[in-house]
Amino acid sequence: MAEIRRRKTLQLSAASALAAGAGGLAGILGSGRAPAYGQTQTMHWLRWADFVPASDQLLKGVIVKECEKALGMKLTVETINANDIQARITAAIQSGSGPDIFMTLNNWPQLYADSCVDVSDVAEDLGKAQGGFYDICKVVGTVGGKWIGVPWCAGGGLVAYRKSWLAEAGATEFPKTWDEYRTVGKNLKAVGRPYGQTAGHTFGDAPGWWYPYLWSWGGKEVEADGKTVVLNTKETVESVKFAVALWKETMDEGGLAWDDTSNNRAFLSGSISATNNGASIYLEAKKKPDSYLTEKGTPMKDDILHAGIPGGAGGQFNLPGPFTNLVMKYSKNQDAAKKFIRWMSSKEVFEQWFVSQQGYTCGPTKVWEEHPVWNIDPILAPFKKIPVTGRLTGYAGAPTQKAAEVQTKYIIVDMYAKAIQGMAPEESVKAAHGELVKIYGA
Amino acid sequence: MATVGSVASVAFKQQYIPAAKRGPITRLLEDERRLAFCLMLPTVVLLGLFIAYPFFNGILLAVTDTRVGVPGHFVGMDNFVKIWNDDIFHVAVWNTCLYTFVTTVFKLALGLSLALLLNRHFRGKAFIRAFILLPFIIPTVLSTFAWKWMFDPTFSVLNWMLFHAGIIHTRINWLGDPVMAMVSVIIVNVWRGVPFYAISLLAGLQTISPELHEAAAIDGARAWARFRHVTWPLLLPVTLVIVLFSVIQTFADFQLVYVLTGGGPANATQLFATYAYQLGIGTGLLSQGAAISLAIFPILLLVVIVQLVYIRRTETL
Repeated sequence: MAEIRRRKTLQLSAASALAAGAGGLAGILGSGRAPAYGQTQTMHWLRWADFVPASDQLLKGVIVKECEKALGMKLTVETINANDIQARITAAIQSGSGPDIFMTLNNWPQLYADSCVDVSDVAEDLGKAQGGFYDICKVVGTVGGKWIGVPWCAGGGLVAYRKSWLAEAGATEFPKTWDEYRTVGKNLKAVGRPYGQTAGHTFGDAPGWWYPYLWSWGGKEVEADGKTVVLNTKETVESVKFAVALWKETMDEGGLAWDDTSNNRAFLSGSISATNNGASIYLEAKKKPDSYLTEKGTPMKDDILHAGIPGGAGGQFNLPGPFTNLVMKYSKNQDAAKKFIRWMSSKEVFEQWFVSQQGYTCGPTKVWEEHPVWNIDPILAPFKKIPVTGRLTGYAGAPTQKAAEVQTKYIIVDMYAKAIQGMAPEESVKAAHGELVKIYGA
Repeated sequence: MATVGSVASVAFKQQYIPAAKRGPITRLLEDERRLAFCLMLPTVVLLGLFIAYPFFNGILLAVTDTRVGVPGHFVGMDNFVKIWNDDIFHVAVWNTCLYTFVTTVFKLALGLSLALLLNRHFRGKAFIRAFILLPFIIPTVLSTFAWKWMFDPTFSVLNWMLFHAGIIHTRINWLGDPVMAMVSVIIVNVWRGVPFYAISLLAGLQTISPELHEAAAIDGARAWARFRHVTWPLLLPVTLVIVLFSVIQTFADFQLVYVLTGGGPANATQLFATYAYQLGIGTGLLSQGAAISLAIFPILLLVVIVQLVYIRRTETL
């Protein structure tokens, strides 16, 4: 019996492998493509855990299947707490491995600009096809005219309020000025129905309230040059003084410790009468009409309306939150990631997700303002104008990396929180101004 | 012949039997220095990978202007100058020192009391001892979330209990008031840390011979005198080591405060680690985050040196 040696075995194995391929190695090389069995592309997309759970279910179910069918990609949608996304991005960039695409919030793309793939081709095409991106999406998603991320959608807050409670307190419609807001709020707090707003260290609701509040008084961080700090003005000091009184007279004072979910719970439990938030409070009340009831036993959803944050001498604003998809430079699937975003953001596919949001977020372009989803529920209709009525952090400059630093250090939020805790408003503003000078002047 | 035969058999029995053949590794390890090296190697590798490398990498980061995804350039002591002039850093330093000092005092006092109780004989002793360890065993993030619910400004079960017991008439703003927020994080840290002290001190107590106590009792020493003159001096070296570990851990505490308050309200509970995280991860300023982390080092080094010197003194007395 002939002895089979190691070399012989290897030779036989190699020959078998070559023969197995259709046309052998020559055929593979000739086609210029990898064999079919090696083509299943994987795509890892990390996003926040959505405040509308139905949207995450859609992505992880229907969209994953459609993606495999349409693009031949095995999509993994990973959802984590929004407060933890930045830790994941940092770890991924520094280690050079992680998700192919990160969905970022606010002006975070500016922090990671050097680690993102140029996606100008995808963004320009999508923008053209859908009537052009909103300015807020463009400002956050570009650096020096180059797209570092593809805008996904735009979120933001409006004040959700209990219309019957406000009516009982003397407001047939939501107060439009701060003085009216304070007067009504006093009446509400007197009967144990305060307003509720966070002044704590939390990513969304805290800046979402205090930045527009500052702007409405005419205060701002810097001049348009993005360098000259102008926070310490009479307008800002007045805004802080008023905030202290507003807090004591109208607000739930536990708000200093609230995170982004606390006001949702407080509102749905009937502890507060109004709070600036995304549409998630209403959507939850709508989803469970038998669980969330008014004191009269009727569904709470029928007693909820939305309105803009009151205005002041500086105007009336909100802080929109653009969501942007970033393709990371360390990814080995960069082209595939761009292909995926192009597909996912296309009208037909994006629409499924957009409808699942029911008005919680707006599209990244104006065409989505005309979508029938806004006609389904008039309570949510006010949200569709958020992207065009907002300003971004860092105003009057651009929402740069320095603006992001100010935001993540909670300097503006803490300026109000410190005064609420007892610091003299002038001192609180002076301290915040000093911190801004260190950041913008560096 | 018989005699000759027996002598021969004895000679045969006493024949030298060569030892089993030793392998090259055994021969190598017969040298004590080599054996010591091999025994130390796993520890050295682990310490090198998980302590020394991050430490030196941290030093390198702290002297550059590295941001996330952007390699830095050497900037010398710039980051340390920046944090030195940073008001939030000053708050974090004060908070960390206060937090560590207060929690250590409470953990030691409560841990020692608990250990003295557990050192007595009673029914269900083993069960109680295991049960006491629960706060230490449960993952910090998980237990802190439970505490967060208990301190919730709107739904606090503690407030509910105190209110219904007639102790309070308005709710306590546990995490919203700057002083109460610090008190709250201290309470949780003490709750979590007491079992470590209790069990470690209990181990120390059990090494003290009961005869010493009996002798002291015969000499007329009462309970307090026996504790002060017998138990405490013998327990002191162990206590100092436990305090040393605890101070190091508490000084670098992160999870508990991050989950409970995020450093707020208005930085009232901001610690070294949470501020380093906020700057390094939240803002992408890795080098400044590293500088803040390193700023802990000289303080801790001083604490460690003082304690180790004291431990040596107590051991040589």
